[in-house]
Amino acid sequence: MLAPLAALALQSGLVLRAADLAALRFTVTQAALSAAISCALAVPLARALVRRSFPGRGALMTLLGAPFLLPTIVAVLGIVTVYGRSGWVSTLIGAPFPLYGMTGVLLAHIFFNLPLATRILVQGWHAIPAERLRLAATLGLPASARFRHLELPMLRAQVPGAFLAIFLVCLTSFVVALTLGGGPSATTIELAIYQALRFDFEPGHAAALAGLQAGLAACAVWVAARVTLPEAMGAGLDRAPMALGGSVGDGPVIALGTLFLALPLVAVLVEGLPGVLVLPAQVWPAAGRSLVAALAAAALATGAALPLALAAARGSRWAELVAMLPMVASGLVLGTGWFLLLRPLLRPETVALPATITANALMALPFLMRLLLPEARRLVADYDRLARATGLQGLARLRFLTLPRLARPLGLGAGIAAALSMGDLGTIALFADQDAATLPLVVQRLAGAYRMEAASGAALLLVALSFTLFALFDLGGRHAAK
Amino acid sequence: MPQNDGLSLNLTVTQGAFTLRAAFDVPKGARVAVLGGSGEGKSTLLLALGGFIPVQGSLRWQGREIGGQEPSARPVAMLFQDQNLFPHLTLAQNLGLAVNPRLRLTDADRARVSAVLARLGLGGMEGRRPSELSGGQQGRAALGRVLLQGRPVLALDEPFAALGPALKADLLGLVGELAQESGTTVLMVTHDPADAQRFASHVVLVAGGVAAPPVPTEEIFANPPPALRAYLG
Amino acid sequence: MKFLTALAFLVTPAFADVPVLNVLTYDSFTADWGPGPAIAKGFEATCACKVNYIAAGDGGAILSRLKMEGEKSEADVVVGLDTSLMEAARATGLFAPVTAQPNTLPVPFADPDFQPFDWGWFAFVHLKTLKNPPHNFKELAASNLKVVIEDPRSSTPGLGLVMWVKAAYGDQAGAIWKDLADNIVTVTPSWDEAYGLFLKGEADMVLSYTTSPAYHLIAEKDDTKTAALFDEGHYLQVEVAGKLKAAKQPALADQFLAYLAGDAAQSVLPTTNWMYPAKTPAAGLPAGFETLIQPTKSLLLSPAEAEAARGPAIEEWQAALAK
Repeated sequence: MLAPLAALALQSGLVLRAADLAALRFTVTQAALSAAISCALAVPLARALVRRSFPGRGALMTLLGAPFLLPTIVAVLGIVTVYGRSGWVSTLIGAPFPLYGMTGVLLAHIFFNLPLATRILVQGWHAIPAERLRLAATLGLPASARFRHLELPMLRAQVPGAFLAIFLVCLTSFVVALTLGGGPSATTIELAIYQALRFDFEPGHAAALAGLQAGLAACAVWVAARVTLPEAMGAGLDRAPMALGGSVGDGPVIALGTLFLALPLVAVLVEGLPGVLVLPAQVWPAAGRSLVAALAAAALATGAALPLALAAARGSRWAELVAMLPMVASGLVLGTGWFLLLRPLLRPETVALPATITANALMALPFLMRLLLPEARRLVADYDRLARATGLQGLARLRFLTLPRLARPLGLGAGIAAALSMGDLGTIALFADQDAATLPLVVQRLAGAYRMEAASGAALLLVALSFTLFALFDLGGRHAAK
Repeated sequence: MPQNDGLSLNLTVTQGAFTLRAAFDVPKGARVAVLGGSGEGKSTLLLALGGFIPVQGSLRWQGREIGGQEPSARPVAMLFQDQNLFPHLTLAQNLGLAVNPRLRLTDADRARVSAVLARLGLGGMEGRRPSELSGGQQGRAALGRVLLQGRPVLALDEPFAALGPALKADLLGLVGELAQESGTTVLMVTHDPADAQRFASHVVLVAGGVAAPPVPTEEIFANPPPALRAYLG
Repeated sequence: MKFLTALAFLVTPAFADVPVLNVLTYDSFTADWGPGPAIAKGFEATCACKVNYIAAGDGGAILSRLKMEGEKSEADVVVGLDTSLMEAARATGLFAPVTAQPNTLPVPFADPDFQPFDWGWFAFVHLKTLKNPPHNFKELAASNLKVVIEDPRSSTPGLGLVMWVKAAYGDQAGAIWKDLADNIVTVTPSWDEAYGLFLKGEADMVLSYTTSPAYHLIAEKDDTKTAALFDEGHYLQVEVAGKLKAAKQPALADQFLAYLAGDAAQSVLPTTNWMYPAKTPAAGLPAGFETLIQPTKSLLLSPAEAEAARGPAIEEWQAALAK
């Protein structure tokens, strides 16, 4: 992680400029707003989803994974189709919707991250033991009291983590911020890093900016840790969760949320379908390479995240920090740093795929950590004693305690890792040669050669593959947890 | 001084500002009720015995130091207030863990598990999960686990507190019966003097940061020390 | 020992005696639909060698890769830098002089270190149905037309536009940008996003090339697009190739550059890179190119001027557009 930064810094000292401060300000503002709004909207949506059971709820929950997994540029074009100046919404209201500017940046970030926050919170709600809900029901607690005593403590434990995850994702936003931001005032630190590396070739400047970004993230992690309250729910007996009792508002909330998240997805589908017919042959081997990379990255990320989460659950602060670090390292900085380090030793092309897999696994680590940590904490709090009393340890403990108890977040996490890896462009672009292109690279090549229709088709294929991988892992995890 | 064939405690437990001293012997086969007010440290004493809290001083079983051993290596089996069974495992698996923590069970092992379940009135429930059992059945299943562990000392941290009086008496009777058969030394936390009188040969009174040496049950209730008198009210 | 011999045999490629020419270029050059494959095939037929492309993302990525690798670069030839990167590339001291080849560029172009292989005029592309297309930046600024442009900090067309305004207006460039601010819908990181937004109807015009309509016309039989002819003149993008001093195959490198300048390679470029060939082939341009607008005035800062102007011009652009 740190080696690439050092490699860049060694090329030329650290440099920061006045313009970087403006970038810093914009970066923090948009990330904080995106995280705050996403979390605020996720609370009613998650609550409604937990309280209501309706046909298709399972499918909807899986669909919630989709936006987060879309390659950035695909999602941006989907959003433009819906909310753009000549998009569906503009047609409906008969005037151009003012998309470009902070509105667009926030809209896109919320589209990406609302589902993530919702999933984290739904998991939190599910983790309130049925026994506790039953107790509340016995006591005849009114909804407000139930919220205060059962749901609020859960939210205090979960929301800071969700906020943090989204804040960190948005911190490194670049294509979304610039494309929808409407102009150079929407410059993020990540764009400045890109400029420093690609256009000015000032590795020292890039390293300083990357350091700034990492410092910001470290502050955010620290603040989130300070405001997160440990949960004191106690364990339940895995009884079937009890309904919390719904309200009339739930239906509209779910409908609106679904509409907001589904429209851009539908747009991607509509735009991509004609292109599927004109897919060039290059697409298929690239798709194969992407699949292999995605599976390997998912395995690597899960294998690394589990011990880190368990260590963090036992109180190791450094394990938590280590797992959050990759979130803030821009893929470009990591890739370039590794390129500088590895270049004297071997031809970059020969390690294109391993480098991509490692980088993608690193990038997914923080998300896995976020998902695993609360459950790992609960696992340690509730069952560590019993496991020690029965002498359950080593592989047996992994097989009979850890994996079954953590199956749900592990499945979800592996799905996210696989899908993120599938859509990643950053690292491979630095290393790959013509013969090792992944699917996102092919999408970019097509779009860069006027072939927008084929690019949309290939993007749709990419989304379909990512989503299938994600759904398989997620459903597998949920199935294993039953 | 003749060597004690049971437990010898000479230890201090420190948890934050709270300390608990215990220096006494428990003869093998004794049935000890650990009695005391809420928050005095009854559970702490048992958790220290079981190896879940570090202690200073010495803790011996039949002259051998066990204070530094992992819980699963100690001669102590323990039932907690809750979480005595893994909710995601079946009864057969939960009990099987006591036979082999890697759950590599031979046919003979499985037969042993089934026999214990049958003995506890849970015959044929091997495939059930804890959530599919009643409270009393869960208590019995937990008891089955410690029974299969076959440790010479059994520490009960009010595992049946949540059950009704009849059910609790029933299970305590069962514990007594099983302990009698195998000569197990039992330490049982309770806040109910009736439990102590019904079940225990000795009483350890925990008050003011000290766990007093065991006193025969009849003796202590016939002539309660001030701390017990205060507790009994 | 036997094992080692066997191993050596295994790792020796079948065509071990065929020399390999390594060409560092940008990604889209090497795509199946790019000029790379046809040019490699054509050259291999003449050279008894093998062409191996090493792909970097774009011109900027090529240069940063060269800077990272220095003299250790495997590349013999570099294809795909442009006039705005040339001076920085020259300053690396990695490039060897090239033999001058005749060209038909609209401006005189002769450089000791780099050889042009194709070029294009930057232009705002729009639908033919657009009423009153502007004839210069001032008309554009005064209109209600919406445009999408690329960011000069991350894309070569974006940088080209900044140079265009600078070359046309000099000290007045900042004022022009201020006036243009309300016409700019958004600024994208690279060309493909901007062009994609334009095709979706997000803007009336997009910064691209005068040759862009040719793609739609020839590849898609779609003649709805054209480019606006600006009377200030149009800025040029000239894409160049060069030879590295540290080339392991210097003779092959020279041969390749000569081949690149020849008719065979030049006639591949218009319908793969969708740019003008550096030297119009004897057979002329492909049918359809005659429909394109023909700027009468071409603007191009010299590589040294461009390098000096780049930083201040980008800052001026940024200051004028930051609201």
